[in-house]
Amino acid sequence: MDWAALSLSLQLALATTLILLPLAVLLARPLAWRAFRGRSLVEALVALPLVLPPTVLGFYLLVALGDASALGQAYQALTGRALVFTFDGLLLASIVFNLPFAVQPLQRAFDAIPREVREAAWCCGMTRWQALWQVELPLAWPGILTAIVLTFAHTLGEFGVVLMVGGNIAGETRTVAIAIYDRVQAFDDHGAAVMSATLLAFSFAAIAAINLLGRRLGHRG
Amino acid sequence: MAEGLHATLRQQAPIPLEAELACAPGELLALVGPSGSGKSTLLRCIAGLHTAADGSIRCNGETWFDAAAAINQPVQARRVGFVFQSYALFPHLSALENVAAALGGLTFAERTARAHELLARVHLDGLEQRKPSALSGGQQQRVAVARALARDPAVLLLDEPFSAVDQVTRRKLQQELARLRAHLEIPMLLVTHDLDEARMLADRMVILHRGRTLQAGTPDEVMTRPQSAAIARLVGLVNLFEGRLVHDGGLKLEWLDHKLEIANITGNAGERVCWVIPPEGVLLHRRERPSRGEAENPVSGVVRDCLRLGPFTQIRLVPDGGGEPLAFSVPTHVAERNGIAAGAAARVSLLAASIHLMPWESLDDPRLRSA
Repeated sequence: MDWAALSLSLQLALATTLILLPLAVLLARPLAWRAFRGRSLVEALVALPLVLPPTVLGFYLLVALGDASALGQAYQALTGRALVFTFDGLLLASIVFNLPFAVQPLQRAFDAIPREVREAAWCCGMTRWQALWQVELPLAWPGILTAIVLTFAHTLGEFGVVLMVGGNIAGETRTVAIAIYDRVQAFDDHGAAVMSATLLAFSFAAIAAINLLGRRLGHRG
Repeated sequence: MAEGLHATLRQQAPIPLEAELACAPGELLALVGPSGSGKSTLLRCIAGLHTAADGSIRCNGETWFDAAAAINQPVQARRVGFVFQSYALFPHLSALENVAAALGGLTFAERTARAHELLARVHLDGLEQRKPSALSGGQQQRVAVARALARDPAVLLLDEPFSAVDQVTRRKLQQELARLRAHLEIPMLLVTHDLDEARMLADRMVILHRGRTLQAGTPDEVMTRPQSAAIARLVGLVNLFEGRLVHDGGLKLEWLDHKLEIANITGNAGERVCWVIPPEGVLLHRRERPSRGEAENPVSGVVRDCLRLGPFTQIRLVPDGGGEPLAFSVPTHVAERNGIAAGAAARVSLLAASIHLMPWESLDDPRLRSA
């Protein structure tokens, strides 16, 4: 069992979830509530990681984050570190390929909050910020939970994009999914089986937990 | 600046508005009009939930909105109490928490105490911990009213607050509002399409049609003395006819072959007019015995149909000489005693004091019909 890889995967999943969730909330609210020019375009862009082959997404990310790119150079100048084949770049890529898994459940959850309920919060004197915390987020809670679990589980399992952007550097970019592939390549079937079973058990537990929690919240609401 | 609420609002889209209204402290003003007439949009403008292209809103000397001066206070700063048509309660909070949510700025203990007090005022003591889903429609409406009053609002806005409950609950809630408002010294705006409701609860009413405020006045004024035929149609007046003023031993109203006497008639002979008479102003003559008022504008005709509605029977009488029928109702036993049935001949009097004249407009105008 490659504990370093599992730890890296968990760190990546946690960091992705923590960074992506507020971003997804910011993105999902206007998508759910406002009719603006270019909304369909934004929705299509958000959904793209669902349909693109991971290698294609990985390739473009590699180009966008590489040393020759403006983003790569700016990051290098700021931090002295590269974006490709590092944990930082992997995190950025992970945020991009998880966008639909976080944004879409949140968009559906915000969409289900009646406009009048939000307006009632403002009429009660709540600022937009207070309305977000006291009314919108509690009501969108099932969607938030779904977004968290999907993002976390999907980050643990992502293979193609991770391999393209991060490569296979132990302790830096070798996630558990890459380590499994590595074990199979090295004919270490036992090692691959243990890690696969761990990932399977974790994913199953995560989905079961979300269903259970969702049902409890449903009863309470 | 005068006390109370003053609003002038104009816009072309999404819903055209050309509205002007004033509501004094302690006054309940009903905004009445058909669906899509802009009633709710007007209310939303006042609350700050919608911004009109042009106009101004002032409340107790404070300017909430002034397009020319680029003033547009946010919803939170306007201190409005808003009861939404769907109540818009926060489903994840208890009745108590819903009310307390509007009590920002107080300590937790103060908020709780005040929320208890407000819920007791709307007769919901004992149900404080219930979620909205565990409350009946009427109880939810009461929570919404308590929540709207919690901020000690400068104005109370009620958007069809009785439309989502059954008839019995509606009557009860209407009575409660009538009692509650007696203690409120703020302008109150009630949006409704129910004329009876407006008549029962409002001090004054404003008729809205396609975003325009057509007439403001006491419900009685508007319902019996509409300024135009369009308003008469909007408030559901049935006996609406065209006529002409003539000289015949004094100024009279010529209608079909009749020359009708009218109390307080003004105008010039030859002038075309529209006129209306409420069903209460049409008196059925007894068949055998002449009765008082028989000499007053007698009109004879043939009963087109009569519809028994419980203790009353609604009659439509086509006057001799043709034309649109006169509608009125009599106690069912009176209709029976006088042998009123479809096809029967009957005579009525049109009370001179009940006839109301309006400027002429063609009653066949499709715009007027659609009103």
